[in-house]
Amino acid sequence: MTAISINSLEYTWPGAAAPTLKVPEFKVARGESVFLRGASGSGKSTLLSLMSGILAAPANSVQVLDTDLSELSVRKRDRFRAKHIGIVFQQFNLIPFLCVGANLRLAARFVPQANQDVEARARSLIESLQLHPDLLAQQADRLSVGQQQRVAIARAFINQPEIILADEPTSALDADARDHFVRLLLSIRDTTGCAVVFASHDDSLADFFETRVALADINLIKPRELSHV
Amino acid sequence: MFEVALSSLWSRRGSVMLTLASLTISMAIVIGVEHVRAQAENSFVRTVSGVDLLVGARTSQVNLLLYSVFRIGNATNNIRWQSYENITARQGISWSIPFSLGDSHRGYRVLGTNTDYFEYFRYGDEQPLRLATGAPFENPLQAVLGSEVATALVYSVGDEIVLSHGIGNTSFVNHENLPFTVSGILAPTGTPVDRTIHVTLQGVEAIHLGWQNGVQVAALSPDADDPRLAALQPTQITAILLGLDTPMAVFGLQRAINNYPSEPLTAILPAVALGELWQIIGTLENLLQVISLLVLTASLLGLSTMLLSSLRERRRELALYRAIGAHPSFIVWLIELEGIAMVATASLLGYFVVVLGFSLTQDWLSESYALVVDIWPSSTGIWIYIAGALLASALLTLIPALIAYSRSLGHSLLSS
Repeated sequence: MTAISINSLEYTWPGAAAPTLKVPEFKVARGESVFLRGASGSGKSTLLSLMSGILAAPANSVQVLDTDLSELSVRKRDRFRAKHIGIVFQQFNLIPFLCVGANLRLAARFVPQANQDVEARARSLIESLQLHPDLLAQQADRLSVGQQQRVAIARAFINQPEIILADEPTSALDADARDHFVRLLLSIRDTTGCAVVFASHDDSLADFFETRVALADINLIKPRELSHV
Repeated sequence: MFEVALSSLWSRRGSVMLTLASLTISMAIVIGVEHVRAQAENSFVRTVSGVDLLVGARTSQVNLLLYSVFRIGNATNNIRWQSYENITARQGISWSIPFSLGDSHRGYRVLGTNTDYFEYFRYGDEQPLRLATGAPFENPLQAVLGSEVATALVYSVGDEIVLSHGIGNTSFVNHENLPFTVSGILAPTGTPVDRTIHVTLQGVEAIHLGWQNGVQVAALSPDADDPRLAALQPTQITAILLGLDTPMAVFGLQRAINNYPSEPLTAILPAVALGELWQIIGTLENLLQVISLLVLTASLLGLSTMLLSSLRERRRELALYRAIGAHPSFIVWLIELEGIAMVATASLLGYFVVVLGFSLTQDWLSESYALVVDIWPSSTGIWIYIAGALLASALLTLIPALIAYSRSLGHSLLSS
């Protein structure tokens, strides 16, 4: 059983002269935690966008939970992502003008039936992330960067997804907060058993993960060949 | 989604408030103009009601209406008393009111009539005249005042007034030998009745006794005890209001009067003539309406611009909706909702601005312009305009919404 399976993926941005990605093969097993190392501009974000279905991948190239994303309509891909994939970015993970609780509810809104006991799930996630429950009523942009990133984990897990995609989630954090963040992320992963793909340029975090992959090794396109995206 | 849209607007409250203020002013103008227009048309078209035919000397129908009903300008000619008696003696006539115009009191017109006026005259929705105080006139030297006359000149029942010859405000020729006593004051109607002094036909004749060739001859002028007063018989009147037994007979009678053999007369249907007159003065109102709609259009375009320029600062927010599983149509609806919510709020605020405005100026309007305005706008036109504004905002908001839609389709998880 694979969480993500990539076969002969080649992706060119609309309007770009050369492809950004050419990945012959890349697999993530269910429940596996993968550290995906890559410098900025190496196509990490593009790869994660393709795996999450935000960008449309060519046919038969990206299978997520044994589903070929290219076979889904835009609407179905969006729903699939909402239900099965949680995403954490480097920053701007939360709608700034909504309170933390509303951010979590909004994420649950896009999955039918997920609205039930969303409050209870939000509360338990906030607690397991060592945040105070009062934070739920706080407007997101009043939180510190560290708090925002931890709430982002809660947001990613709120629909109990099978896959977490994290795109440089620790770049905005200092060294202590960074390690703490990764430990919290992985401890929640341990209780839910979902797969994690953690993309970062920061090698010091690699040891936390079961599998370590360098994007340069799986992508045949070399960064210097890329026109900057 | 409401929560998201409203919080999003609140987070940009600076530009949102300015746009909202501009929308509110536009909506207030649109609602206010439409309200005044509807009210003016309503009170105008109902200046007289229940009158089947209005008869005067040969003239145009608008002119006859102006001088007899609105008391603007002068009659070109009069009707002989004999004609009045002949016409009202015809079969099928239910009631008649004679009008004799031509004198004034401190700028207010004097109307000579008889007590049938108080019984049969109707305005608005067939409302009869009502006396606020006192009683109708009983003898030739009594007068009944319209409400505005009494208020403006501070008259009450029992006061004596001296009428002037002609219609100027400062006539040098006053009928001082025959003062009139106020016998009653009418309740306000919002029609020219409020600005009229009503006396008997005999009273009008009496003040002209002893006048020859437009000059008063002192020796011939009567005083209040003159025995000639009782025997006075009017010789001519200005107009006749007729009510018929059956409305079907109107056209036959109108033709008969228009072809009256012994003097040239005109008979008109007041409702038709009022509508025709409104068409003429309604042009200004239409112009105001067009201007108010243009102002609203400008504000709606401003709203669209505001939402469009916000897209740049919202780029990441919109990308995030997509990342957490929102379909691009969510973004379309979100922006649509923001636009419509603003116009709905502006409509509500604009409505209350109008209500507030009219409740503050109501007294002044009725005193200065005899315009009796309802404080609460409720004409169908207003609801149509509000619905139209909401629809227009939905359409104009589609511009930024669809731009956001097409951009969000191409968004990646750009996190830097």
